Amino acid sequence: MGHASFVKPVNQARHRRRKLVNYIFVGLTSLATLIAVTALVMILTSLVMNGIGGLNMHIFTMDQPPPGEVGGLRNALVGSLMLCGAAMLLSVIIGILAGTWLAEYGDNNRLASVVRFLNDVLLSAPSILIGLFVYELLVRPFHGFSAIAGAVALAFLATPVVTRTTEDILRLQSNALREAGMALGAGKGYVIRAIVWRASRSGLVTGALLGFARISGETAPLLFTSLGNPFLNLQLTQPMAALPTTIFQFALSAYDDWRSLAWVGAMIIALTVLSANIIGRALARGGKK
Amino acid sequence: MADAMTADVSDAAPSKQLVRGGIDIERIGAVAARKDQLFHALCFLAAMVLMATLLGLIGSLAYGGWPALSHFGLSFFTSSTWDPVADQYGAAGPIVGTLITAFMAMILALPLAIGIAVFLVEFCPSSVGYWVGLAVELLAGIPSIVYGMWGLFVLAPWFAEHVQMPLMMSVVPGSLMDRIFAGVPNGANIFTASLILAIMVLPYIATVFRELLLSVPPHVREAAYGIGCTPFEVVGSIMLPYIRRSAIGAVMLGLGRALGETMAVTFIIGNSHAFPKSLFDSGSTIASTIANEFTEATGDMHISALIALGFVLFIITFAALAGARLLLGGEKA
Repeated sequence: MGHASFVKPVNQARHRRRKLVNYIFVGLTSLATLIAVTALVMILTSLVMNGIGGLNMHIFTMDQPPPGEVGGLRNALVGSLMLCGAAMLLSVIIGILAGTWLAEYGDNNRLASVVRFLNDVLLSAPSILIGLFVYELLVRPFHGFSAIAGAVALAFLATPVVTRTTEDILRLQSNALREAGMALGAGKGYVIRAIVWRASRSGLVTGALLGFARISGETAPLLFTSLGNPFLNLQLTQPMAALPTTIFQFALSAYDDWRSLAWVGAMIIALTVLSANIIGRALARGGKK
Repeated sequence: MADAMTADVSDAAPSKQLVRGGIDIERIGAVAARKDQLFHALCFLAAMVLMATLLGLIGSLAYGGWPALSHFGLSFFTSSTWDPVADQYGAAGPIVGTLITAFMAMILALPLAIGIAVFLVEFCPSSVGYWVGLAVELLAGIPSIVYGMWGLFVLAPWFAEHVQMPLMMSVVPGSLMDRIFAGVPNGANIFTASLILAIMVLPYIATVFRELLLSVPPHVREAAYGIGCTPFEVVGSIMLPYIRRSAIGAVMLGLGRALGETMAVTFIIGNSHAFPKSLFDSGSTIASTIANEFTEATGDMHISALIALGFVLFIITFAALAGARLLLGGEKA
């Protein structure tokens, strides 16, 4: 009749089963992670394997060739740089200002939460719909595809990313910083521009980089805005080639040399986007510490 | 806004002229105040541009798609006859294709995403965790067109040879399995499209799940460990139920992404407008149809039908994303 009767004997079989289930569980979660990492490695290796062979100076110095001739991707590379550059110019200005309004002025009122909600929807909205919208906005009324339309479409995609990052990063700044500025007699806007923005500089750069990473590989919104162009074009009012649209055209063609150019282009794009992502995240980590 | 600005400046400027050491403080103050107001106005304007973008997006899709929607009425959604030559447009094929691929992608991606998130939060040593987390996020960074090329040139041939052919060989002709696995053995079908979509949405869901698991209060988790639960029981009985509501939000976020994905699907789905009849049949999605046909569409009705498709896609994704945002609350959407 001792205290032993209160302690249930350990059910060995049940204990073993629980441990076994747990081992299986740990194994499955590791397997899931392994699958994701393997997918990344496989995609990157097949990009490099197929792309590195075609990488030479011609890629940067010559325009896209007719099938069967030697050529490069100069028109597409220059076009992509111009389109992304113009788009980033627009979206950095609008995104940082809008993010600032959300973090500093709008704060918690009804309108700000509506804008925040719509921004989140835009952030994940299908990019091809942005292309349709810009087609209706800038292509149909002016009767022609143009680089401007492409840049505006890309800007619509990058702006929500910049806005979101800006708002997040400004909210991280302590209020003591703002109060110190105001105590010196500076107005709210001056405090934001001279103190809060300056303190979150690396975060703002991160936002821009993530925005750039978002748009530099985008194909769908360019298909019916900037269209593509087999020749080098520097005029914003004319159709302009871009790396992703050229890859799309070449990859689905029947010509082997076009396909290998598409692989080179895909490798260049993927490496650019991945480095923009890595640098952006590294900056964000540095800024938070 | 303009009224407030001028009123403010005019009552500040002429009243008292306090001049100290040659510096007109009132004037400097007034200029600074005006600059601040201008800055405030600019910020507000930028936020309104964002709002106008989304409203413009809905408006232009509705406006552009209206001719087709009003002409075909309900048959636009029920008919699967998509025939540009006869100018007949029924979008049931692409709409069903969109829903099927997105849902299949979620079924494939969800267990993996939960597994990754649990592994990173519970089991992974933090030194490895950083790199695994980075790899998962990089998976999100790879452009859609690269997924498309990889799917078409690497995954599809492999899939056709090592999965599709053996399966088709092994089933009994005429059986249910035979019908499920029927299709052209080239690897370009709705299943491989879903597979690619699953890899693409995986990092988004995994990242949100990871944040959700980290948001479970430590004392809840530790209490479960304290009464002797195994990690499996802690995760399965305590943590996952704890984040249930937000988890549905994460799923809807992934669904929103999968529904609207364009380029990768366009490469690999096979592009036929009929209903997909089997798992390995070619099909189309709304986005792939628009991407394939829009620049080549000549008739006004064809263009309008494609924009109407875009409108339908917008409504579906908007519903998914809005639901995700509501369920996730303050979490990143």
